[in-house]
Amino acid sequence: MKFDVVIVGAGVTGAMLARNLSRYQLSVCLLEKENDVAMGASKANSGIVHGGYDPEPGTMKALLNTRGVALLYRAAEELNVPCIRNGSMVCAFSQAEEAHLEALLRRGAENNISGLSILSGDEARKIEPHLSGEVTKVLHVPNAGIISPYELTIAAVGNAMDNGVSLCRNFAVSAIAKTEEGFVVTAESGETVTGSYLVNCAGGNADKIAALAGDGFFTLIPRAGEYMLLDKAEGYKAKHTLFQCPSEKGKGILVSPTVHGNLLIGPTAIPVETENSRDTTPEGLAEVVELSLRTVPSVDTRQVITSFTGVRASEKSGDFILQESKTVPGLIHAAAIDSPGLTCCVAIAECLTALLAQAGLSLQEKESWDGTREDICAFREMKDSEKDAYIKENPAYGKIVCRCETVSEGEILRAIHQNPGARDIDGVKRRTRSGMGRCQGGFCGPYIMQLLSRELGIPMEQVTKSGEGSQMLIGELN
Amino acid sequence: MTNHDIVVVGGGPAGMAAAVAAYDAGCTDVVILEREPSIGGILMQCIHNGFGLHKLGQELTGPEYAAVYAKEVAKRGIKVYTETTVTKVTEEKEITAQNREGILKIKAKAVILAMGCRERSRGALNICGSRPAGVYSAGTAQKLVNCFGYQVGKKAVILGSGDIGLIMARRMSLEGAKVEAVCEVMPYSGGLTRNIVQCLEDFGIPLYLSTTVVRIHGEKRLEGVTIAQVDEKRQPVEGTQRYIPCDTLLLSVGLIPENELTRLAGIPIDPITNGAIVDENCQTAVPGIFACGNVLQVHDLVDYVSEEAERAGRAAACLTTDTQSIALETKAGYGVRYVIPQVIRSREAGAELFLRVTAPFGKVRFVVTDGEKVLHTAKRLKAAPGEMEKLTLKPEMLKAATGPITVSLEVMA
Amino acid sequence: MKRQLTCIICPRGCALEATVQDGQVTVTGNACQRGAEYAVSECLHPVRTVTTIVKVANRENTMVSVKTETPVPKESMAEVVAALRKLSVAAPVAVGDVIAENVCGSRIVATKDIT
Repeated sequence: MKFDVVIVGAGVTGAMLARNLSRYQLSVCLLEKENDVAMGASKANSGIVHGGYDPEPGTMKALLNTRGVALLYRAAEELNVPCIRNGSMVCAFSQAEEAHLEALLRRGAENNISGLSILSGDEARKIEPHLSGEVTKVLHVPNAGIISPYELTIAAVGNAMDNGVSLCRNFAVSAIAKTEEGFVVTAESGETVTGSYLVNCAGGNADKIAALAGDGFFTLIPRAGEYMLLDKAEGYKAKHTLFQCPSEKGKGILVSPTVHGNLLIGPTAIPVETENSRDTTPEGLAEVVELSLRTVPSVDTRQVITSFTGVRASEKSGDFILQESKTVPGLIHAAAIDSPGLTCCVAIAECLTALLAQAGLSLQEKESWDGTREDICAFREMKDSEKDAYIKENPAYGKIVCRCETVSEGEILRAIHQNPGARDIDGVKRRTRSGMGRCQGGFCGPYIMQLLSRELGIPMEQVTKSGEGSQMLIGELN
Repeated sequence: MTNHDIVVVGGGPAGMAAAVAAYDAGCTDVVILEREPSIGGILMQCIHNGFGLHKLGQELTGPEYAAVYAKEVAKRGIKVYTETTVTKVTEEKEITAQNREGILKIKAKAVILAMGCRERSRGALNICGSRPAGVYSAGTAQKLVNCFGYQVGKKAVILGSGDIGLIMARRMSLEGAKVEAVCEVMPYSGGLTRNIVQCLEDFGIPLYLSTTVVRIHGEKRLEGVTIAQVDEKRQPVEGTQRYIPCDTLLLSVGLIPENELTRLAGIPIDPITNGAIVDENCQTAVPGIFACGNVLQVHDLVDYVSEEAERAGRAAACLTTDTQSIALETKAGYGVRYVIPQVIRSREAGAELFLRVTAPFGKVRFVVTDGEKVLHTAKRLKAAPGEMEKLTLKPEMLKAATGPITVSLEVMA
Repeated sequence: MKRQLTCIICPRGCALEATVQDGQVTVTGNACQRGAEYAVSECLHPVRTVTTIVKVANRENTMVSVKTETPVPKESMAEVVAALRKLSVAAPVAVGDVIAENVCGSRIVATKDIT
């Protein structure tokens, strides 16, 4: 297949680029090595819309963060993705850290961020009663927010597909050749896809993709961040996203509500060997517990429902790499998209689109383009009378499958069939929250396996947790 | 909004027994709301035998035990809504439920909560490592094997020596899988002794006490686990780590009463049992709302679930509105983890006390005291946390009592 | 020869001591007669009730649970399960229906209703 643009990587960067390109009269193909989109850093990060006070003025990060916040809020609304402008606070515990807050305030002003202010510890505790008594001052960032990063990615890919973009899953790029036809991209399976332009949005593997394309000029440094997600019963302990003072390692351990009402604590920042180092460790989780208690001493970490590790891909310059290759024309890199990459994703997509245009891609807007997407889970927000009417039209919505998160069969069927359809149990979980609650899929898991088997037309023993190799069953009893 | 005298939430062993008992006590307008396609609850996947010896005088399998009660429910014409999930119960006893026909709103005179319990998951244990397929709670694996007919793995390690884990060790072995080990973090087993014998010893499966799984390995499907011995504080002992290759890890690490609806209704919960605080009739602090079975306290024997539920059903039928007066409170003393009921409202009828001990003991004596005064004692040859104890207090013991009634344990020589 | 046994007849799990002499078994520690019978059987010819499932051919994804009506020799547990893997039944099935007449010396009966 020949496309105008081939995008490698269906993380949030590739997803937003695909969506943005779907406005134009172009054929676009999005390649993803996993069985679903948002499988790298886009599914395991803090889910924060950063205020923009942190990046070094003049960097791409600063520029795109400032522009990106409003763009992201708008995209979240269009795509019906859970997003809350809850504001954030950076906490100082000492005079030295208070000085750091002042520096951040100045930096925020340089970055054109409005609304920032420094509050005393007591003022902060008035609006955030569980904040530690040791906090002396905070930087209050009213425009910051929280968002569900994987739902954003899924929705952006779905919207792009609704507007004509092709998604190829399980396409692990093994070779890239530049020919007269364009970039011929070959998968491990032998499949090929050709594109006139190639955009490298491969997240933690962007350096490898760059090398395959003959432009391996950078090396990514993977750093693992471990998180713990606590029960909704703990959700009330923080209204704002509460940061400690940032260090060279990252923005520090945060305590934050999630858009779904849980409490998220983490991440650590531990250098790891590869992008695939996604184990949680006793040391890492101990650090998460210790440092989050410093911010909010009353957090009950025994209320953990799951813990996970995300791997961020940074580069030594500390800034994003967003540029056309200097040696391979038509190859665009979006690499080293670590924090605040999620906040910047729409702004990055704009920037990449401009880079493609500069490289010669012709951008003709389609006559009609619909940038909106319906929420799979809209049902659960309805009033009882609306639900009743809806169930009478769609009986599958009456049958609750996941009792902990109250997810109906109708929502699960929709998750399987709405672009980009869920193909495995984790995919259903990320789209509907089924299995994300207290029982972690203990009750609903077998039923979701049956639904996937039936709807995808595959035998039960081919149903996977997360793509080939992660089969749930080994076969019928025999 | 429709009206019913009694709504039973859940059609497992507790819900069925409560509904039947309420009917027989004279309240014929009883309905059961059940989320599964048929009543029977978790018994339907417990295909092993050992149920009913105490209550029915015969040894049955789980589905047979359920069938006995399902027949009684049917015989009385008690209406059962299946595939109907209750999403809300209010203090005013208004119930919201949904099924494929729509939203149901029912106003009840009494509500009996019988939702059962759920298994503690991997997340709650915070075991480190990767997140591959092949890590199941034991009950989930039981459902896949016994109801759907699939093999979940070929080589398994089981964490936790709760009864479901032990039963699944035997079940997987019988179906051709190799169970490498059962690891128990405590220095004693959480399951019934008979299950250690017939599920592990019969199949040569080792039980490692004071041992836990410290790491999960494998990217896509489980490849192995690292186990380690633990010290008195349940922390891994350095140097005792051992890798066991396996494709399946079953977790049988505790059951938690499923009380989300209870909390939503504003009913106070006992932090030790994780179930509602109840009186001798299983009535919660909200008048007309009762709780019984594993949603109240996790039982080891279904026979006691049925008995408890019958008490709740009878009381719901002859609804007493008294939930305020407290005649006597109960307390757990030395060696006792909890006592149910937490309050006794009437001295007239006597009371049955249910409790669990804090650790395994040899020969013991339970002593029930009212202040300084000993009301009752009961000897046991042994006592273990995995085996619920029942003490019966006769009306004459309570007549002059002032409370609190304390149950403690004395170790006997 | 003395053997320490845990009775598996009921949840009480009595600790039994059985003495075997010339094919005669004497038992102590039992709280009831069934415990004594268990110890004798366990020493001379141990038996177990086997429970498993059988496929229901005319219902999708449906299994019926079954058991040996009488206990079978302990060493033939796996043989019972293996034999039943080869069988399937047709619904409706009711609790108590005979699924197989003789597997390792016992009838196999259904323990669940399948309508």
